[in-house]
Amino acid sequence: MINNEGIIIYRDVHKWYGDFHVLRGITFTMQKGEVVVICGPSGSGKSTCIRTINRLEEHQRGEIIVDGIELTNDLRNIEAIRREVGIVFQQFNLFPHLTALQNVSLAPFWVLKMRKSKAEEVAMKLLERVGIPEQAQKYPAQLSGGQQQRVAIARALAMTPKIMLFDEPTSALDPEMIKEVLDVMKNLARSGMTMIVVTHEMGFAREVADRIIFFDYGQLVEENTPEEFFHNPKHDRTKLFLSQILDY
Amino acid sequence: MSNKVSSSHSVPFWRDVRVLRVIGQVLFLVIIAAGILWLLNNLQVNLRACGLRISFNFLKNTAGFPISEGLRYNPTDVHGYAFWVGIVNTIRISLIGIVLTTIIGTVVGIARLSSNWLVKKLAGLYVEVVRNIPLLVQLFFWYFAVMLTALPMVKNSIGLPGSIYLTRRGVYLPWITPAESFGTWAWYIIGGLVVAIAVYVFRRIQLKRAERPGFPIIWAGTILILILGAGWFLTPGNPLALTIPVLKRFNFEGGLWLSTSFTSLLVGLSVYTGAFIAEIVRAGILAVSRGQTEAARAVGLKKAHVLRLVVLPQALRVIIPPLASQYLNLTKNSSLAILIGYYDLMNVGTTIFNQTGRAVEMILLIMASYLTMSLLTSLLMNYYNRRMKLVER
Repeated sequence: MINNEGIIIYRDVHKWYGDFHVLRGITFTMQKGEVVVICGPSGSGKSTCIRTINRLEEHQRGEIIVDGIELTNDLRNIEAIRREVGIVFQQFNLFPHLTALQNVSLAPFWVLKMRKSKAEEVAMKLLERVGIPEQAQKYPAQLSGGQQQRVAIARALAMTPKIMLFDEPTSALDPEMIKEVLDVMKNLARSGMTMIVVTHEMGFAREVADRIIFFDYGQLVEENTPEEFFHNPKHDRTKLFLSQILDY
Repeated sequence: MSNKVSSSHSVPFWRDVRVLRVIGQVLFLVIIAAGILWLLNNLQVNLRACGLRISFNFLKNTAGFPISEGLRYNPTDVHGYAFWVGIVNTIRISLIGIVLTTIIGTVVGIARLSSNWLVKKLAGLYVEVVRNIPLLVQLFFWYFAVMLTALPMVKNSIGLPGSIYLTRRGVYLPWITPAESFGTWAWYIIGGLVVAIAVYVFRRIQLKRAERPGFPIIWAGTILILILGAGWFLTPGNPLALTIPVLKRFNFEGGLWLSTSFTSLLVGLSVYTGAFIAEIVRAGILAVSRGQTEAARAVGLKKAHVLRLVVLPQALRVIIPPLASQYLNLTKNSSLAILIGYYDLMNVGTTIFNQTGRAVEMILLIMASYLTMSLLTSLLMNYYNRRMKLVER
């Protein structure tokens, strides 16, 4: 059975932007409940990699199987996978014309066909879970960066996804707001959510990740436990990267 | 005390900013008022010197000149009515022009963002050519080069599919006119509208109670169409008659005739304004970042819902204010009609003042007419804009 092999199977995936070979044959597997941190220098293809998992980017060669559904050009498969995968963006991408509560309840109402009161109840519970129920009636422009990102997490969770993708969720935040977002993510990880996190927050990686994957030039250079990754990296490229980011 | 900053009550008034501000305002007001008074006085003195007095009584005199287009009119009608015919003609060209130019602008604006290379380049070419040639030149092009030169005489007219004929004398189209039994069918229209509104309200309340998403307008529309259709079959004879232009000995008969002037003015104004609207539409769509669409798709919304719930509400906010300006431009630019012989209010108005010598009164009337129309348009668009804005904050 496919599910025994993993909830995400990523096999020899290639992608090109024109002539630029972004993903050069990436292969990895994730189990249910696992938290994987992807790190690497900018331009190494880590964002592109997680964005192929819910088809915000197309891959051109190889195989991606999410929860037993293969990601092909079949719109039905794409929609099925999108229902199981939530994503949080670096730039939040909240809908500016809707309140925090409406941002979260939009998809349950229109996609899951919940009753409005039910959808709002669900949304309110999620806003409580990310710690900002009192901001429910505010518009994104009235919230701080950290609060916006937490609304964005609640919005992704509203579809009760099996997998959550985080694309540099703290990179656009002021330093004092990073912690509040990471705390929410940590709680989510403890609750057993399957998560892939692209981030430069090495503290988070060390504490929460089950595995760390290191990308460079579109290739998967190293895959290791946090312990091994930080104290005993196998590759020279990893060592160089770690020395550059850990010096400060 | 001497080298301390003195307190407020000891400041002499010529150094007090608040007093100076008031003096400045008053001075400005006095200058403006004096200017207006001087102009009015000047006008009065000069009018008296010419033996003229401001009066609108001439509007009750017989016009005496023909108007070949618009409401039913005789040269024996009075000036006031002739002017009204002109106003209606201006409203007619503006309304039809606004609808047409909105369609052109939206299609071209979206085409400029198309991923199809040819479509994108053609739309770009259209915008760049059209908005960089003066409107008057374009109107002359449509009137003299296209309508009066390139098109054939009536007997060799160019026939388009659907019985549309292009000739030097104008465009002939099929048209529907109410037939004898229209009166019976009209009851179905009224009844259908009442039932449709009732269904709309009922469905809306029902959806709200059930707290379900949906578009009740689709239900109401379907029911209206069904009732109209049923009425059509139940009414004896056809309530509407289709008249098709047919070439008789000298001219076409039947159908709808659009004059050469009207056609060239309509096409000229719509094509010209459409280029600007295309840019506005393009800017509006581009103003909604890619991230918005991605986020909406990622939570599982269908493409149509992404457009309706996320992209449009944001794009319209950017589009509506400049779009309103373009509608106003089109209405005001229609006054160029005078140069290609369409009887709009400017054309009729200037004819009246040439005949009567009542320049001041007529210019006042013409300005007041345009101002009223433009302000009404502004009012409507501002109302719409506020409604769209409320959605945001």
